[in-house]
Amino acid sequence: MDAVLDQFFNLQIMIDAWPIIWRGLLMTLLLCVIVIPLGLVGGLAVALLGTVRSKPVRWAVIGFVDLFRAVPPLVLLIFVYAGLPFAGLQLSPLAAVSIAFLLNNSAYYGEIYRAGIESIGAGQAEAARSTGLNAFQTMAYVVLPQAIRNVLPDLVSNTVEIVKLTSLASVVALPELLYSADMARSVTYNTSPIVMAAGIYLLMLWPVVRLLSRLEHRMGH
Amino acid sequence: MSQFDRFLATFFDWEIIRDFLPALGQGFVITCELMVSIVVSGLALGLLLAVARTFRVRAVNAAIVVYVDALRALPPLVLILLAYFGLPNVGIGLSGFTVVWLVLTLVLAAFAEEIFWAGILSVRQGQWEAARSTGLGFLQTLVYVVLPQAVRLTLPPLTNRTIAITKNTALGTVVGVGEILNQATTAQSFVGNASPLMAGAIAYIALFVPVVVLGRWLETRYSWRKA
Repeated sequence: MDAVLDQFFNLQIMIDAWPIIWRGLLMTLLLCVIVIPLGLVGGLAVALLGTVRSKPVRWAVIGFVDLFRAVPPLVLLIFVYAGLPFAGLQLSPLAAVSIAFLLNNSAYYGEIYRAGIESIGAGQAEAARSTGLNAFQTMAYVVLPQAIRNVLPDLVSNTVEIVKLTSLASVVALPELLYSADMARSVTYNTSPIVMAAGIYLLMLWPVVRLLSRLEHRMGH
Repeated sequence: MSQFDRFLATFFDWEIIRDFLPALGQGFVITCELMVSIVVSGLALGLLLAVARTFRVRAVNAAIVVYVDALRALPPLVLILLAYFGLPNVGIGLSGFTVVWLVLTLVLAAFAEEIFWAGILSVRQGQWEAARSTGLGFLQTLVYVVLPQAVRLTLPPLTNRTIAITKNTALGTVVGVGEILNQATTAQSFVGNASPLMAGAIAYIALFVPVVVLGRWLETRYSWRKA
């Protein structure tokens, strides 16, 4: 029991590791602030492109979405970070993470927006057009607000996944929360810093997960 | 050399890819083994937990909810590092393969439990009552009446979630599991060329595109049914 406490819940080590973990946490938050909006906007673009008339465009969108849903995010990240330099494109870890996540998250968010747009009956768009709104106005003022409302739990759920996904950045040596905790672990030969990082992720995401669970059950998902 | 030739030589050097094929094959087998074992044990455990929840024992249900919430909130990579580096210090040394299997099984079970439970809740109370009044026991009602309907409803979200979680087998590379990504990065640093990485990515695409397409098909199929 003492061994477990010492290995996983060593307070002294946690206190010593706090400064580096705090910097890691800030980096994780910065990452979230970059990749979540990028994904939301990229996903919206993907979903809107999916609604155009032209068949080739729609097929290209499906191809994009299925491709980036099929490739594991870590594979994509390592490809961007370690593969592209061979083609003369050397990216910083932060840029590599941003690009890889933009591709991955746009595909996922795009699918969610698409489901939302499809949940709105065609009659809504027709009625809006017949009142004189143009296609853009119809989408922006009539269809999207309702569509986003309908898929809000899925959007939030995917956002939770993205926050968790930022931990992959540790693999390309971006000093975010998990990377910092793992550094502290390798210096102290003690797992407590990782337990601390786990605790921070829990603190950040548990309330959102709880809320989601209630939303999902209420909406009868 | 033209730009395009250089691109080909960097990402599609056939000679390098040919040499890499045996290692890629090994990685492919390990990835598949991991995936199958995670899907089987994760879904089984998730279903078991959802069924346990129907007995409505307060303490048990609270424990399940805490477990599910925690595993939905924690990044799998954190759990993998925790188990891989932490457990040996308390006398439990697990191989990278076992750690990845265990962690992803627990994560999939948590998500699957939520989905199965939502499915069970969506079966109307009247169905339970009708089944019970024909003389079926509680378990019989659950197994023959409720679960078949619940599981059908949950197929699309369950498929998507299962794909997302099995893709995390790539995290095994961080703890030295010789799966596809691990073989690809090893070969890449050895030959100094991006072709193995490209081949690895293509292997993943070959493995997952069919399941992603299947998931899409399930979604349309079941949404028709609803409408």
